[in-house]
Amino acid sequence: MKLSENWLREWVNPAATIEQVAERLVMGGLELEIEPAMTETIEGVVVGHIVKAERHPQADRLQVCEVDAGEGRLLQIVCGAPNARVGIKVPCALVGAVLPGGLAITEAKLRGVDSFGMLCSAKELALSDKSEGLLELDADARPGTPIAEHLQLADKILNLEITPNRGDCLSVLGLARDISALYGAPVKRPNLPQTVVEGHQQLKVELENLDDCPSYAGRVISRLNTKARTPDWMRERLRRSGIRSIHPVVDITNYVMLELGQPMHAFDADKLSGAIRVRRAQRGEEIRLLNEQLVECRDRELLICDDSGPIALAGVMGGQSTSVHGGTTRIFFESACFAPAAVAGTGRRHKLFSDASFRYERGVDPGLQRQALERATQLVLQICGGETHPVTHAGRSQPETVSIRLRRSRLVQVLGHEVGAKDIETLLGRLNIMLRAEVGDAWIARVPSYRYDLRIEADLIEEVGRLYGYDRIPARPYAAQLAPSRPPEAQRTLQRVKEQIAARGWQEVVTLAFVEPSLQQALNPDVAAIALDNPIADNLSVMRTTLWAGLIPAWLYNRARQQDRVRLFEAGVCFTQRDGEIVETARLAGLAAGRALPEQWASAARPVDFYDVKAEVLALFGNAAAEYRFEAASHPALHPGRAACIRRGEQICGWIGELHPQLVQNLDLPEAPLVYELDWEAIRNVGVPRAAPLSEFPSSRRDLAIVVPEDVAADRILASVRGAGVTFLTQATIFDIYRGKGLADGDKSVALGLLFNDASRTLTLQEIDTASATITQALARDLGATIRQ
Amino acid sequence: MRKGSGALPFPFFVFKNPDMTDQLEELVQQAQVDIAACGEGRALEALRVDLLGKKGRVTDLLKQLGGMAPDERKAYGERVNRAKETLAAALEARGLALASAELEARLASERIDVTLPGRGEAGGGLHPITRTINRVAEIFGEMGFEMVEGPEIEDDFHNFGALNIPDAHPARAMADTFYVLNGARLLRTHTSPVQIRAMQKRQPPIRIICPGRVYRVDSDRTHSPMFHQMEGLYVAEKVSLADLKYDIQNFLSRFFERDVEALFRPSYFPFVEPGADVHIKWTLPDGGWRWLEVLGCGVVHPKVLEAVGIDSEKYSGYAFGMGMERMAMLRYGVDDLRLFFNNDLRFLEQFR
Repeated sequence: MKLSENWLREWVNPAATIEQVAERLVMGGLELEIEPAMTETIEGVVVGHIVKAERHPQADRLQVCEVDAGEGRLLQIVCGAPNARVGIKVPCALVGAVLPGGLAITEAKLRGVDSFGMLCSAKELALSDKSEGLLELDADARPGTPIAEHLQLADKILNLEITPNRGDCLSVLGLARDISALYGAPVKRPNLPQTVVEGHQQLKVELENLDDCPSYAGRVISRLNTKARTPDWMRERLRRSGIRSIHPVVDITNYVMLELGQPMHAFDADKLSGAIRVRRAQRGEEIRLLNEQLVECRDRELLICDDSGPIALAGVMGGQSTSVHGGTTRIFFESACFAPAAVAGTGRRHKLFSDASFRYERGVDPGLQRQALERATQLVLQICGGETHPVTHAGRSQPETVSIRLRRSRLVQVLGHEVGAKDIETLLGRLNIMLRAEVGDAWIARVPSYRYDLRIEADLIEEVGRLYGYDRIPARPYAAQLAPSRPPEAQRTLQRVKEQIAARGWQEVVTLAFVEPSLQQALNPDVAAIALDNPIADNLSVMRTTLWAGLIPAWLYNRARQQDRVRLFEAGVCFTQRDGEIVETARLAGLAAGRALPEQWASAARPVDFYDVKAEVLALFGNAAAEYRFEAASHPALHPGRAACIRRGEQICGWIGELHPQLVQNLDLPEAPLVYELDWEAIRNVGVPRAAPLSEFPSSRRDLAIVVPEDVAADRILASVRGAGVTFLTQATIFDIYRGKGLADGDKSVALGLLFNDASRTLTLQEIDTASATITQALARDLGATIRQ
Repeated sequence: MRKGSGALPFPFFVFKNPDMTDQLEELVQQAQVDIAACGEGRALEALRVDLLGKKGRVTDLLKQLGGMAPDERKAYGERVNRAKETLAAALEARGLALASAELEARLASERIDVTLPGRGEAGGGLHPITRTINRVAEIFGEMGFEMVEGPEIEDDFHNFGALNIPDAHPARAMADTFYVLNGARLLRTHTSPVQIRAMQKRQPPIRIICPGRVYRVDSDRTHSPMFHQMEGLYVAEKVSLADLKYDIQNFLSRFFERDVEALFRPSYFPFVEPGADVHIKWTLPDGGWRWLEVLGCGVVHPKVLEAVGIDSEKYSGYAFGMGMERMAMLRYGVDDLRLFFNNDLRFLEQFR
């Protein structure tokens, strides 16, 4: 909301610059900035009176005007504006003036006629973005008066952003009250003479529910002067608040709203039929609004109706059929209080935002309706003339009084600072909150109707806090009443594991948790994703069920930027549904593509493969690595021959593999990346290490090359070796695989390194030979393996 | 025959001859020349054997002492021994020189270009948001806060209702909040529901931080539909605004690693009262400064405590929440929010 400083100072005038006032307000909890009313200066432009206007002899569109600019003689000025006509007062730039934008006014000859100045539009004076002909001024403006003086352009604008609880500050009056409280300066109210009621026209007003509309005041004013024009001072104030002048009556409703915070509406009374009713909409009711939009009611919107049906969306916008227009001579003013809850949804549902709904959603003073109506009446009489009729009021005649118990001890405890009883009384007194002393250190506080945000003790404590100043409450060192608990050592923290992964050359990414549905469907077709009811885009419309759905786009993004080798990982939650309940699973996933190692000299380049990534995954398991099995298994996203399900005991912990070639083709990927995904909770526990004694005796190694059929997996070979029953076998590794010359088709030779050690003695050569033989026999028995000669 | 002994004429050994002294001199002189000329370790060793070995020439001279008169023997013996020592020293010196030269040559031949790049895996890194969350969590950890986490898909009660956010509040609109399951659940719009869950689970004292992803229907230059927050909550007996000020001030100075001037401005969040925005004095590139908002906080609203069954008369608390992206942007000079979610490696690799 924007407000003019000059206007505000009519209401409260502390001895401080507006910048100082703004800073105080900010420290008092309002967000605002000060802007100049005019960024450009206007000099040499005065009020001019067109006393004669004749068609230019050489040009149909130009007029030659005689203008009284207060100089004692008439100026001849050629003007092309269509609204230039005898009798109007307009801004006149004299020779020598420089207009905003730098246009210098000189004597000129236009199509052979001398011109000594220029008549200006609002746009030429930087008062408007639009050019609508000459800016017409008040009929009683004095020729020769500098325009800056006439329009009071020496002003500043307060641009406020209020927090949702401070709807009471959305007006000159409301802001003046807060400034008054901060400075202790009085609020001056404009003189409001008693309205003389002449007529007796009255509309009946019926309220369906006082919770929706606690108070509704209305009045008919007839015999309006249709020639009336909104005076310049009001136009200017509205303009500075960002509101265009439309029609004197409409301007007055806006003016009163800005001044007092009461949104108002004016109906053309001649278009109304029967009584006014405030009620909730029935499904399917329709209303065409002022802005031509046709609104179909579906959610029990609050409506203003007459006998013909809906005539306004209460608190949001009036209807077209009853709107005020140029020929309107009789109006019905509405000054109502609608409850925030009754208005809040309407505007958003129908994408309608108005100054009125903005205020109603935040709350309007339920005690303000009659006062605002009187103020509007006064302005109408002043500007449009007319005959006043009696006020109709429906609803609660008095807003409910609110009393709150406030204890000083509680206040001191919450703020953590001793604020004296006198200070509390003074500060709240400035907000017109009256305190009555009770037993002990308590008061009963009576809150004015416009502070509908104050309902409990904590609200009052906050008011004292902000007026006292948070900066005056010192920070207080203290001993916390609790020490944090630590996670058990056996449970690694995700942070530590992430650091480990990063240290091994992987880059962490953070992708959005909503992903492209078709990509995810391709990656994880068997799991139903949770769809967003209101996604921001189609390609971000389902919650991820796998982190791969984020990693693949992140990889492609980088690949499109010449990053051919990537190793990305992400830790995050995936979302699925089980038995109607949402299940969130923390996962850890990686994607590797491109070369196995960064490009480097004296090192043969090869693409990353399954085993590179498997080693990375194994490294994540720490001490517990031996507990995991990699089982060949099929996963819809993975190459059927290059995929493994990772198990710990019987629990599935995750998957690793190369992306399925069919997917690579369907998704139009440049190559098949290697991916893994692990269930964090399944892998986080590594147990607490138990140290085993170290052997002091030397180990012996035997290497063994065996020939087995191709389909015998390494796991089976090692299981057979371990199953042979050699108790002092401490390690068995596969250090080479050979296929080809010397071997039958479908066979492979596997080289095994066996390490023997006994903790209590040195093993004899014979023992080791026997052990090797035992193992060889086991391999032959279990797998049909032969020793390779 | 003994190798190398041919140079010595037989009579040299037989006769007691006054010339014998000169012959010894000659031998020593010639040997020294030979030693100096020796260019290789094995030849030097052969020379040593030839001179000083068991059957070496100098050793032979000593063997002849037996045939000499006692007085002659003593004097001559001393001279031979001196010659032996001289030659031994010369041999050793030459040996050392040769070894050192050999090492030099080997080292020279083994020289590599140490400026060539190293091989193997390059370093990886954590995302700057993770890095920021880790730092913030560590600092609060040192201040006695325990880290807890909560679900990202929430219900209305935990995300709004329990936090004193009224039914008609704009934040609940589809235009601001992501809903799933036909409105039955929502993506949490802040990390505040985690404090609700924590308070439902246990009684005060509670001192926790809750980092995590949050979601809002907003996507432009300065808004991401997903971002990260860190929520903090301290509920105990007599917790006040003054305590909050102390902890926040302390945190900010530790986070920015300097004495941060923090300003607490009254503000409004439905779940705290009194509420505040915290601004810090931020130096601009042109040398000027301005107040920069970094977090929101306040004393926990009594209705929030009541909603989770904590006696708001006995206990009070404070809560704060801050955006991790904002903290990361300030700390690392990142000026575009979108960089955090594009995952451009050229950006991410700057945080190693």
